[in-house]
Amino acid sequence: MFVASMLLAVLAGLLAIPVPVLLSQMSWPSRAPATALLLWQAIALSGGLSMIGSLVTFGLIPFGSNLVESGSALFDTVTAGTKVPSVDFIYVASLCAGLYLGLHLVANLILTVVTTERERRRHRQLVQLLSAPDPVRPHTRVIEHAVPVAYCLPGTQHSVTVFSAGLADLLNENELQAVIEHEKAHLLQRHYMVLLAFDAWRSSLPWFPIATRAQHEVGGLVEMLADDRARRTVDDRTLATAIALVANGTPAPATPAIANSMGTDLARQGAANKQLTARVRRLANGEPGLTSTARAAAAIIAVALIAVPTVLLFLPAFTA
Amino acid sequence: MGSMFTLGELERSVMDLLWESSTPMSAYELQDALAASGAAPDTKKLAATTVLTVLSRLEKKGFVGRERASRPHRYRAEGSREDHMAELMHQVLGGASDRVAVLERFIGQATPGETDLLRKLLDTSGR
Repeated sequence: MFVASMLLAVLAGLLAIPVPVLLSQMSWPSRAPATALLLWQAIALSGGLSMIGSLVTFGLIPFGSNLVESGSALFDTVTAGTKVPSVDFIYVASLCAGLYLGLHLVANLILTVVTTERERRRHRQLVQLLSAPDPVRPHTRVIEHAVPVAYCLPGTQHSVTVFSAGLADLLNENELQAVIEHEKAHLLQRHYMVLLAFDAWRSSLPWFPIATRAQHEVGGLVEMLADDRARRTVDDRTLATAIALVANGTPAPATPAIANSMGTDLARQGAANKQLTARVRRLANGEPGLTSTARAAAAIIAVALIAVPTVLLFLPAFTA
Repeated sequence: MGSMFTLGELERSVMDLLWESSTPMSAYELQDALAASGAAPDTKKLAATTVLTVLSRLEKKGFVGRERASRPHRYRAEGSREDHMAELMHQVLGGASDRVAVLERFIGQATPGETDLLRKLLDTSGR
């Protein structure tokens, strides 16, 4: 148990800082965004599992020789109402910290789902009243506004793609189609679910810069994935031109993000610019995709990232 | 044309009328105006109950207020079209930039006006 808990702690430490920093500095993700997205999800899941697992496993050391045995022993004692054997404070603290972290993450995920859904519902109502259905494209609506914007709004029954009259004025028909294909790809590939998870993760750990970085990276990757899907029906140049035109025609946010210091806002903007440039560059240069060997290797790593902490947690119970 | 006459589209037609109107309107006035504006199929009048259903849905969502002093009750828009458009665009363009998952924008978060690569791309494509 002690060894397992220490190994989990080492894994958690690696996945908390060095691994995500390394991944975010690599250049290949733009050549294989789906693979990179898989790795980010594996890192987040495995990191959380290792951290919580390490704390809980350590805390349960006095109660048995493996997670299942000691966990059920503690559970029996507590439910039977008999006196819990006195153990060192450090074990109790570790157990509580692990349980707290787990509950905190789950509660935050639920809260994020609820608030996001509420905001979407309100937005859907506004869109319903302020936009007309596109006469030719199903599930697509046009808002009468001069600012060129396009976005998709996920819904439980009907997801909708929205664009403004300003966008239709700015782009030619093919470019407009490219933008709409891009937005439909977000909905089709359910990117909002991944974004929601990373949104929740970031908001549960506001003091943890890596969570913010991960959210940013994941946000960039889903844009590239949607671009790739759009490339199936429109040519690269049309899509790249559309991105450039919309980017240049978009005004700065009227009100900077709530209570953000100027520095944070500028940093965010700089990072977003870099991401946008990367998006256009891969379209303009026709970057070759990652080799299938490299993609397979990354997929194996992703699976291993999930498998290792799971095995460390539960295998001792079955081999004992 | 089935989708034209969903409750959602009727809500939009009713709000358009209320936003245009300088005075509150009763359900019957709205019923006539909807028929005149062609929002109802074949300019046939919608059932008064349908109009009342639409109004109560809008009231529940806070887009419409009801004046109960007169009979029949009269309805007015809560906030102008511009107010609601401003709220919508605020959600789309920013402010909510720390919550990315509500909606996914084609170009998110920032304004990259100066990005060289984008400029170059625009120049070569002649746009």
